[in-house]
Amino acid sequence: MKRFASLVAALDRCRRTREQVAALADYFRDAPPEEAAWAACLLLGRRPRPAVPTSRLRRFAAAAAGIPEWLFAACYERVGDLAETITLLLPEGRGLEGVPLHAWLEERLPALRGLEEEAQRECVLEAWRGLDRTARLVWIKFVTGGFRVGVAQGKLVRALARVSGLEEARLASRLAGGLHPTDAAWRRLLQPGGDEHDDPGRPLPFCLAHPLDRPLEALGDPDRWRVEWKWDGVRAQIVRRGAEALLWSRGGEVLNAAFPEIAAAAMRLPGGTVLDGELLAFRAGRPLGFERLQRRLGRRDPGPRLLAEIPAVWMGYDLLARDGTDLRDHPLDARRAGLEELLQAAGDPRLALSPLLAVAGWGELRRLRDEARRRGAEGLLLKRRDAPYAMGRRRGIWYKWKADPFRVDAVLTYARRGHGLRAGLFTDYTFSVWDGGELVPFARAYSGLDAAEIRSVDRFVRRNARERFGPVRAVRPELVCEIAFEDIRRSARHKSGVAVRFPRIVRLRPDKKAAEADTVAALRALLKEKETAPWNEPPSATS
Amino acid sequence: MVTHAHADHARPGCGSYLATPETARLLRLRLGAAIAVQELPYGEILDLGGVRLSLHPSGHIRGAAQVRLEHRGEVWVVTGDVKTAPDPTCLPYEPVRGHGLVLESTFGLPVFRWPEPAAVVAELLDWWRGNAAEGRTSLLFAYALGKAQRILAALPAGAGPIFLHPALEAPTAAYRAEGVRLAPARRLAAAGARGDLASALVLAPPSAAAAPGPGRSPAARAFASGWMQLRGMRRRRALDRGFVLSDHADWPGLLAVVRQSGAERVLLVHGSAPELARFLQELGLRAEAAPQEAAGEEDEVWP
Repeated sequence: MKRFASLVAALDRCRRTREQVAALADYFRDAPPEEAAWAACLLLGRRPRPAVPTSRLRRFAAAAAGIPEWLFAACYERVGDLAETITLLLPEGRGLEGVPLHAWLEERLPALRGLEEEAQRECVLEAWRGLDRTARLVWIKFVTGGFRVGVAQGKLVRALARVSGLEEARLASRLAGGLHPTDAAWRRLLQPGGDEHDDPGRPLPFCLAHPLDRPLEALGDPDRWRVEWKWDGVRAQIVRRGAEALLWSRGGEVLNAAFPEIAAAAMRLPGGTVLDGELLAFRAGRPLGFERLQRRLGRRDPGPRLLAEIPAVWMGYDLLARDGTDLRDHPLDARRAGLEELLQAAGDPRLALSPLLAVAGWGELRRLRDEARRRGAEGLLLKRRDAPYAMGRRRGIWYKWKADPFRVDAVLTYARRGHGLRAGLFTDYTFSVWDGGELVPFARAYSGLDAAEIRSVDRFVRRNARERFGPVRAVRPELVCEIAFEDIRRSARHKSGVAVRFPRIVRLRPDKKAAEADTVAALRALLKEKETAPWNEPPSATS
Repeated sequence: MVTHAHADHARPGCGSYLATPETARLLRLRLGAAIAVQELPYGEILDLGGVRLSLHPSGHIRGAAQVRLEHRGEVWVVTGDVKTAPDPTCLPYEPVRGHGLVLESTFGLPVFRWPEPAAVVAELLDWWRGNAAEGRTSLLFAYALGKAQRILAALPAGAGPIFLHPALEAPTAAYRAEGVRLAPARRLAAAGARGDLASALVLAPPSAAAAPGPGRSPAARAFASGWMQLRGMRRRRALDRGFVLSDHADWPGLLAVVRQSGAERVLLVHGSAPELARFLQELGLRAEAAPQEAAGEEDEVWP
């Protein structure tokens, strides 16, 4: 536990990639495989399940620190991180605890989960006494399920390449299907040798689109590019091999349980096939929106009702391997042709082909982009016809060009302090729009402002706080901000009657008065436009 | 009456000032030699219209004073900014008893517990040595008056070359002129080729972090402040390190000041005043956040 906690502290302390990679390499050189496997899983985003409810932890901590619970709450509000608050409040521990990381995660924490409150208290206090400050912080984050110290996979791969002497590409490929926190999985990951050791049931590293960062004209002849809709679903590879077909997410999860009908359809593909595509909730030729897809994602083994209510399709983008041969070095056009052949032969409507959009010139592309939202897409994807299937996010091969988000002007009405990096500053805002003479909250937004703007809004909140509701400040309704969001839908749970997806602040509008902000009626109009927009077949698919 | 010479207290434009002689010298430096300052040494009593006023060390920075006011047997103590931890550059905080206490509560939450200053200095030296070994300048942000000199006083002579940002030159010279022993340091302007700075510690005011100059160089950056107790504060500033070194009392320090004053009434100013007030009420004291706090919430104490 101590060794891993020191690594977390070092990653937290070092800002530069080189230092972080060095810290990782030092750690993985020393850590035994059963611990290293867990550490890598955690750093790649695996979250331990919460073991003790946070309300209990807060009580235990307040009692152990000898302060009333209201004061604990005030401290938490100021610090902005529960584990850090507890760590700061408790007296220094002995630092003698010798339980290794994997023993905590595999045995002790799961055991703790099942205990009664009293027994949990004893175990928690015992652990706190034994751990030093650094380890305590990490341990509490495990217990709450809030451990989020991660590193980009690229850094981890570099560090492991340094430790093992393996090529980065090989490691990335072996990691692509996710990693199990076991001794055996760790040894397989770092095993010397070539592909014969690699499990072919695993996905290949995904090629990611780079945001379009130049004028279209700089891309040269439009004819060199293939254009598709950018679908708002979940990217997924189909790996068809032997007696199985696995549906892999980018996060390295197997999605077969959530999408049994797609997995079954994928069995129609010949063995040795790897395809790249996107899962969508889809009905009557039209995507149903991400929130519907999310309901499918959250459910293992969905019943027939859910399957009928939210049908899914897998929309094919690319062909990575055929008959067991890796095609990633072949040009897109050749891969696309193979993809079309395979999907046609499979002949299952649940395995669809992402249509190619016929684009005569860049001007037409701009028009298509403006249309994307109404067609249920997020924007456009541009793929160079002669390019290979690259690993990761590279410029010049695939570009994504997102449609403009929806935008409204709204008034800041409530604020509370942020967490983590923004602890202590008022950075968590509620925005409202007018409904008659009343301001109705419609979105909470945290992002979009730069550091200087955050400081100025923080100052505004402090000066204009009218009322305190615990940690929340009601703010004089004077500050207008332009809020962007990706999608809008009906919601009975929100007072405004709508819910928006990924709201963020585009800019402050000091030039606008609160009275000039948008209205609930304007939001409903956006909703209506979206819901009644005609769905045509996408423009002619070329192939 | 000016308790100490930090800019948020030592405002220009008054007809006359009352301060300790140490603060008076710093005031003249900040506000000009022409200002009218009445000097009142620690412990001496001044009769102001029937109120007996005296100044006592608050331990915050050099010259910083608490104000004791006595009128018809009733005593109130205004702590001004106060620090209970040891600091070789100024007289230690002196407990003063009174019926009432006006206490500065910037760090009035139990999450603020300062580590031993000696341990922090040892960490700082380690960090500096590590950077020097890599040929990287160590850039340490610290308040120009008080904190910077406290650090200079704590650094062993011969630890390595130290340079001062221009904003730190005058207050450091003033401390030296009064015989405070500080590690030798050169003006940043005197640094010649880049090589001079490679193994150096550069002390700069926090405001320099945003300005061009040493703040933008690839130097390792750290900040010495009580706020560094919070990870979020450190990460937000993209600092390599934060050293928890404060010139204000921490939670146990604040409680000690209240206890030692023997006061029955306590008014809190700054920071977590409402929270500390409630805590003291639950201990049976008459405590409240001073009315000035009601108008709004002050800005975070941050450069």
